[in-house]
Amino acid sequence: MELHDIWFVAIAVLWTGYFFLEGFDFGVGVLTKLLARDRVEKRVLINTIGPVWDGNEVWLLTAGGATFAAFPDWYATLFSGFYLPLLLILLCLIVRGVAFEYRAKRPEENWQRNWEQAIFWTSLIPAFLWGVAFGNIVRGVAIDAEKEYVGTLFDLLNPYALLGGLVTLTLFTFHGAVFTALKTVGDIRLRARRLALALGLVTAVLALGFLGWTQLSRGDASSLIAMVIAVVCLLAALVAVKAGREGWAFAFSGVTIAAAVAMLFLTLFPNVMPSSLDPEWSLTVANSASSPYTLKIMTWCAAIATPLVMLYQGWTYWVFRKRIGTQHIADAAH
Amino acid sequence: MNLALAPETLARWQFGITTVYHFLFVPLTISLAALTAGLQTAWVRTEKEKYLRATKFWGKLFLINIAMGVVTGIVQEFQFGMNWSDYSRFVGDVFGAPLAFEALIAFFCESTFIGLWIFGWDKLPKRIHLACIWMVSIGTILSAYFILAANSWMQHPVGYRINKANGRAELTDFWAVLTQNTTLTQVFHTMSAAFLTGGAFMVGIAAFHLARRKHVPVMRSSLRLGLVTMVIAGMLTAISGDTLGKVMYQQQPMKMAAAEALWEGESPAPFSVFAYGDVDKGHNKVAIEIPGLLSFLAHSDFESHVPGINDTNKALQEKYGPGDYRPNIPVAYWGFRWMIGFGMASFALGLLGLWLTRRRFLLPERLRTAEDEVPHLVLFRTPLNPKLTRLYWLAALWTLAFPLIANSWGWIFTEMGRQPWVVYGVLQTRSAVSPGVSQTEVLISMIAFTTLYAILAVIEVKLLVKYIKAGPPELTESDLNPPTRIGGHDRDAKNPDAADRPMAFSY
Repeated sequence: MELHDIWFVAIAVLWTGYFFLEGFDFGVGVLTKLLARDRVEKRVLINTIGPVWDGNEVWLLTAGGATFAAFPDWYATLFSGFYLPLLLILLCLIVRGVAFEYRAKRPEENWQRNWEQAIFWTSLIPAFLWGVAFGNIVRGVAIDAEKEYVGTLFDLLNPYALLGGLVTLTLFTFHGAVFTALKTVGDIRLRARRLALALGLVTAVLALGFLGWTQLSRGDASSLIAMVIAVVCLLAALVAVKAGREGWAFAFSGVTIAAAVAMLFLTLFPNVMPSSLDPEWSLTVANSASSPYTLKIMTWCAAIATPLVMLYQGWTYWVFRKRIGTQHIADAAH
Repeated sequence: MNLALAPETLARWQFGITTVYHFLFVPLTISLAALTAGLQTAWVRTEKEKYLRATKFWGKLFLINIAMGVVTGIVQEFQFGMNWSDYSRFVGDVFGAPLAFEALIAFFCESTFIGLWIFGWDKLPKRIHLACIWMVSIGTILSAYFILAANSWMQHPVGYRINKANGRAELTDFWAVLTQNTTLTQVFHTMSAAFLTGGAFMVGIAAFHLARRKHVPVMRSSLRLGLVTMVIAGMLTAISGDTLGKVMYQQQPMKMAAAEALWEGESPAPFSVFAYGDVDKGHNKVAIEIPGLLSFLAHSDFESHVPGINDTNKALQEKYGPGDYRPNIPVAYWGFRWMIGFGMASFALGLLGLWLTRRRFLLPERLRTAEDEVPHLVLFRTPLNPKLTRLYWLAALWTLAFPLIANSWGWIFTEMGRQPWVVYGVLQTRSAVSPGVSQTEVLISMIAFTTLYAILAVIEVKLLVKYIKAGPPELTESDLNPPTRIGGHDRDAKNPDAADRPMAFSY
């Protein structure tokens, strides 16, 4: 295994971390419309992710930065090629961050309602678009001999990628519902469980379709194993929700996400962005990687920093381990 | 010079707009994190309530500000790939590493501990909660260091080689990138400017309240802290600026010649106070100069030769082939002056304030004031009259934006002064842009970012004004009784209702 293979795994781990963590906070954002009955309940939802959403989002920045450093061509082709969808994601993430921080900073109802709308849409749109993006990466896009994306915006909106978008959207929302059941108390917790069941079933159908499609068109034995793990864990999560074992349910929905990401990366390898025009033009771990020296330095940094990050982020979840209910929301927040 | 339709022009405008905007929040975030941490440390050590109220007040403004800094920073992480894909391909091996380090080491630290700090008031024991804001502060400083190391490499590339086989720059010595003198002086200069910005912000707002005789104990301490910060940081900004100037004379003589509109090399070279010139003909029509000063700024003596724009351009043409290696001279010239002018005006205001509000043995006993009184502004032996006093407070308030203006011009100067290079001497800006991204796409994103940023600016400023006017909050029971164990309140164990108590802070 060469260093660029290790970095391929590292990038996969960073995206897994991102989808696992921001996955549920996107989901909670979507649930502010699907689950909350009134504005106090919306606030309960928002506060379950309040202390952690920002740290979760850094997994994306790190995935971006690490791709830049370890696979400059991948970074360059991906983000210049998927220009407008990425722009939309960035705009959403900007508004979303501000919405969380500013919503409670004024008492006016209009102000708060506007930010609540913003939280819903800016959670839903990226949750969908990330799936579309990864669908396209796996499927292969029009990349020429110069490693440039030469397709159009509409090429990205193909059925396979759109199905991928629906899968990430429903999977994240399901993950968010399970997280809500785990983190809240009272009526909202019970409704979160019920909604999680329904969402989980929809997710299972869509995910089976998308992952099955992936497996049939470009899978191998290892991707099949990952797919089986993803599907089994999703079903296990459903059973755990039904049984009221929220901790287990969350662990299983998390593993589902990890296994699904693993499956996509397994089908990619050794490509990082296959070209649909000519396999010769595909970006691979070898032809898009940085020099061994850079990768070595990055490996040292990641080997030391990542466990530390996981340690203190894990600690954060432990500090805020208490469940939140409507009774914990003060009338006038500042 | 017709740049209107060059493929990189729009992308440059977008990068300029988003980066200058982002950098309005960055220096305030860096300095307010540390100043808030300092105030909270004072609270933990002295248990004086005014320090806790000050922590909450400045902490709130810090949070409103950092939210914008964080979200506008996301764009920066991806913009290289989106709009500058050829740049990314060419330099990723070198430039990507400090960016990845920044995310892994600094961003995680900032973003995780800021959550703990915001929500941790009733979840963490006092000292651990204090440690969280210090972690945020350390995160902001590390972040600045790594990104400035990356930028310094663009200003003065070191520790790399050009790989002819794949036509890109490859890292050979990461340590050199992190410790070259460009990096160290840029970090020194940017950090001191950041603290000047935070100090001026604090002084301006404290002056606003003191002029109205409101929230005096908190604002009096804040004024003092702000003034001391301004003076120390202002002095360091000047010193580091001088050092950075000397480094730049070695590394990018063209930038510095442009900063002075010095067309022909001279020895000794004069410092230009005002100039109006003709770029095409390559000379000044009007020039007011201080003889010899530029030689001093560049080389610490009054005789040395300083190369001019025209001779440097010729030298660069010999070295790199035909072309125009001059940056936009008026922007460099005036950017340099506005940076220094606004920055040093702010420093002067701080210096004046520190003298006017001096205490103890420097001040006659009858003029000394108690902790709950507005300090007299004393020039020599008597306090300033009410009109002048009010004028100083007003000036302090209205000039709080000066360092922000100076920072912006500093970046515009150093980035535009490097043109036509994106990596000095290695890669030109026109070869760095994304070939696959259309002008329409760039126009769409530029309009989208600019519009959104403008709307958010209005929202942010209004929110800041609201919280500035409201002043420091009254302390609550739970503020004064922080928990003694991690995760919640120990003393409530016997109280069954405690579990249902509202959170001290919620969104």
